[in-house]
Amino acid sequence: MSAVIFFIAAIGAITGAIGVVAMRNPFYSVLMLIVHLVCLAALYMLLRAEFVAAAQVVVYAGAVMVLYLFVVAYVGGGAQHASGPVLRVLGPLFALALAVELCIAMLGSALAGIGGKGHAYVLGFGTPREIGRLFLTTYLFPFEIASIVLLVAAVGAVVLARRRRGLEGRREGEEISVRMTRPSWTGTLAEATGIRVGPAEDTELVVSDRSRESGEGEGGW
Amino acid sequence: MAIGWYLTVSAIVFCIGAGGVLTRRNPLVVLLCLELMLNGANLALVAFSRMWGGEDGQVFALIVMVIAACEVTVGLGLIVAIYRRRLPVDVDELGELQG
Repeated sequence: MSAVIFFIAAIGAITGAIGVVAMRNPFYSVLMLIVHLVCLAALYMLLRAEFVAAAQVVVYAGAVMVLYLFVVAYVGGGAQHASGPVLRVLGPLFALALAVELCIAMLGSALAGIGGKGHAYVLGFGTPREIGRLFLTTYLFPFEIASIVLLVAAVGAVVLARRRRGLEGRREGEEISVRMTRPSWTGTLAEATGIRVGPAEDTELVVSDRSRESGEGEGGW
Repeated sequence: MAIGWYLTVSAIVFCIGAGGVLTRRNPLVVLLCLELMLNGANLALVAFSRMWGGEDGQVFALIVMVIAACEVTVGLGLIVAIYRRRLPVDVDELGELQG
């Protein structure tokens, strides 16, 4: 039974991976990656890594891929033309050579455990309890570093993607609305603080009143 | 199933990702292919953790997932910034990362 599930999940994972590379539209690439991630989660379940499988589906296939989908929908298809002739031929060749070499290196290695089904299953292996215990005892420092890296990445993404003034072409309407002054005595904030005053005859009076009340000079605000 | 099968799958997924990084020009797809490579490495880590009977490899895989999430956030932020500046969304044209 586990062999059947393994082959279904492995074929799904590999077709998903090929689909990510082969699809012309990035939107479909993201969808194929979700298929790939779910199949990979099935493989993790077969390897008794329950918590990693759950995190894979919830965090990866759920949260991260939604982020991807939003950015693909925002940016759009982008450039559709393929890369140059050299890389187009050499890229797949390199990948194939790497695959053959990795398979030879791993399957031909002297590791005796590779041929077996793995260590005997101990009750509680891979459960959230065990993972959490490891994270809070042996791997506490990497855990904290990972959270700091996440924080830095979130701040960096906000800084990178925020809307800067002056980068895009300045629009006419914005300029006008900034320069346009409101009529006097319409209750603007500038009038309330005494920076801008209404009719010319009252100017001196209002400003002096304000400065006396707040007890500071005119430039103090 | 023997552990070797899982390692073979992880090697194939990793190489598909590497080929995609080399051949595709859209930075979004390049990021997706990087995810494929990280996932191949993750599968190998979990398989080795099963082989030795300890959870350390799974902890490593979780940390890799966290780092992948960070990489995605920063990469997508860069792509959005590139798109906002009306630059071509194409890795060959973006040879230099200047201001």
